[in-house]
Amino acid sequence: MRRGTRAAMVVVALWGLAALAAPGLEAEANRIALERILAPPSWHVPMGRDDLGRPLLARVLVGARLSLGVTLVVVALAAAVGTLIGVLAGWYGGLVDLFVVRVIDVFLAFPGILLAIALAGILGPGIDNLVIALSVVGWVGFARLARAQTLSLRTRDHVQVAQALGTPLPRLLRLHVLPLLSGPLIVEATFALAAVIVAEAGLSFLGLGVQPPTPSWGALIRDGTRYLLIAPHLVLMPGLALLSLVVAINLLGDRLRDHLGGRP
Amino acid sequence: MAAGFTERRPATLPGPSATVRAVYAALPLFTARLASAAVVVAGVTFLVFLLLHLVPGDPVEVMLGEYATAGDRAALRQALGLDRPLATQWFAFVEGLARGDLGTSLASGRPVAALVAERLRMTTVLALAGLGVAIAIGLPLGVLAALARGRAWDGVTSALAVLGMSIPNFVLGPLLMLVFAVLLGWFPIGGADGARALVLPALTLGTSLAAIIARMSRAAMIDVLGEPYVLAARARGLDERRVVLVHALRNAALPIVTTLGLQLGALLGGAVITETVFGWPGLGLLVVDSIHRRDYPVVQACVLVIALAYVLVNTLTDLLCAWLDPRIGGAR
Repeated sequence: MRRGTRAAMVVVALWGLAALAAPGLEAEANRIALERILAPPSWHVPMGRDDLGRPLLARVLVGARLSLGVTLVVVALAAAVGTLIGVLAGWYGGLVDLFVVRVIDVFLAFPGILLAIALAGILGPGIDNLVIALSVVGWVGFARLARAQTLSLRTRDHVQVAQALGTPLPRLLRLHVLPLLSGPLIVEATFALAAVIVAEAGLSFLGLGVQPPTPSWGALIRDGTRYLLIAPHLVLMPGLALLSLVVAINLLGDRLRDHLGGRP
Repeated sequence: MAAGFTERRPATLPGPSATVRAVYAALPLFTARLASAAVVVAGVTFLVFLLLHLVPGDPVEVMLGEYATAGDRAALRQALGLDRPLATQWFAFVEGLARGDLGTSLASGRPVAALVAERLRMTTVLALAGLGVAIAIGLPLGVLAALARGRAWDGVTSALAVLGMSIPNFVLGPLLMLVFAVLLGWFPIGGADGARALVLPALTLGTSLAAIIARMSRAAMIDVLGEPYVLAARARGLDERRVVLVHALRNAALPIVTTLGLQLGALLGGAVITETVFGWPGLGLLVVDSIHRRDYPVVQACVLVIALAYVLVNTLTDLLCAWLDPRIGGAR
């Protein structure tokens, strides 16, 4: 295993642990210390303090839980719905396929983040609406991939044999088509994780995601930009946290793609 | 895709000149591409139209707030056509679009079309500058990495590319602002006052695309450098620089141009966030401001205009590629 890959796995695992440990830190993350506002990073407070004197490290760790939680739900939803639609379109072909392809084309005509911004903005703030907005944008990639793969898998010998033997469709798709799809889908899902983390943070940065006082990475960065001149650590720390996780996931995605194949 | 292609006459038959044949070959692609673009445009307008109906509860109440009088509400409902059946509303929406009428801004009372037109120019400037930055940084990095394949420089470039792809605009923007506007004072911290104000937003916007171009051009150049005609050019003793820049890069250009067209959507999406970071008065900033003001007709119009611009550019890219490389027609 290459050294970069191992480091990336460690980074992702650490953020995962942080997300799991976060509930114990919530009180600490909201502990206001007005006499120490905007304190820069130090040995005792590794990421410094924010504009209300709250320790930034605890807030970033609690934010990790929210970012990772939302991201996992969105990618799981998008992958499930997108794969189902894509496999069915590829399997049935004809008018169903034509319709699905057109719908996919329409969704692809919008820059993803723009559609998510408009949806989240119009649906209103809140985690539910955030998940809806990001999933509505996210299913398309999975659907397109699953459709293209199913289209070619449909004519494989083992699939045709299973069909000739009268295997019921759900069983046939589950046992004979999905396993062969899983490689590219896992690669797609890995890149989707990175993209959704950034998109979620972007929406929160614009004030369209999770509302205060819940700390999310995007909201921390947005609040920090107001103090960019006097306390740049407020932007730097959550920014580096976000960057470390996204870089690690993208690296893992690259390696997975080398092994499993998938998008070019 | 286009059925017409399979019946193309064999190239060996005596007949029209190469140019005429290329035009014939491109025609079915041209019509097929325009037809599918038309379907997409229809779908895009429908989806944007539906956005207003996603407002939870009564959109009129959300837009006017709780202190509006019943008369105000009825007036706005009528102005937006919300009292009519959905199909009629959709028809009226498309009819308005065809006349260039995008409705009236609730916040300023001005025609949305005028507001959007003003901002569209600024977003176009920013997007083109971002594209320029991306090509100017990404292409040389990618080509040099391909030439240094497997050596240290290649590794450095690929690490930079992952970093550039991963860093979000709202992290890179404030960082650049901190270093080049606050600490060094080279550029203004925001706004759109003069060409210097464009530098940091363009860098912020172009970085991720530069990383993608670097990867794409590296892969495309490696493919092309292994081709026999490159070997032949070298065997003829041509200058290596000429081999790389003329023989190889020209043939590697096609996948790079395709990527550029496809990535333009991400660039336009990134512009929304970049404009917000730097206070650049384009469509993106208008979308975000309008969402916060609940000025939904303006939100609809901005989303529509950006999506249509993206469809237009993608269609043009496809046609450009088919024109650059007639082989594409046969492959579809």
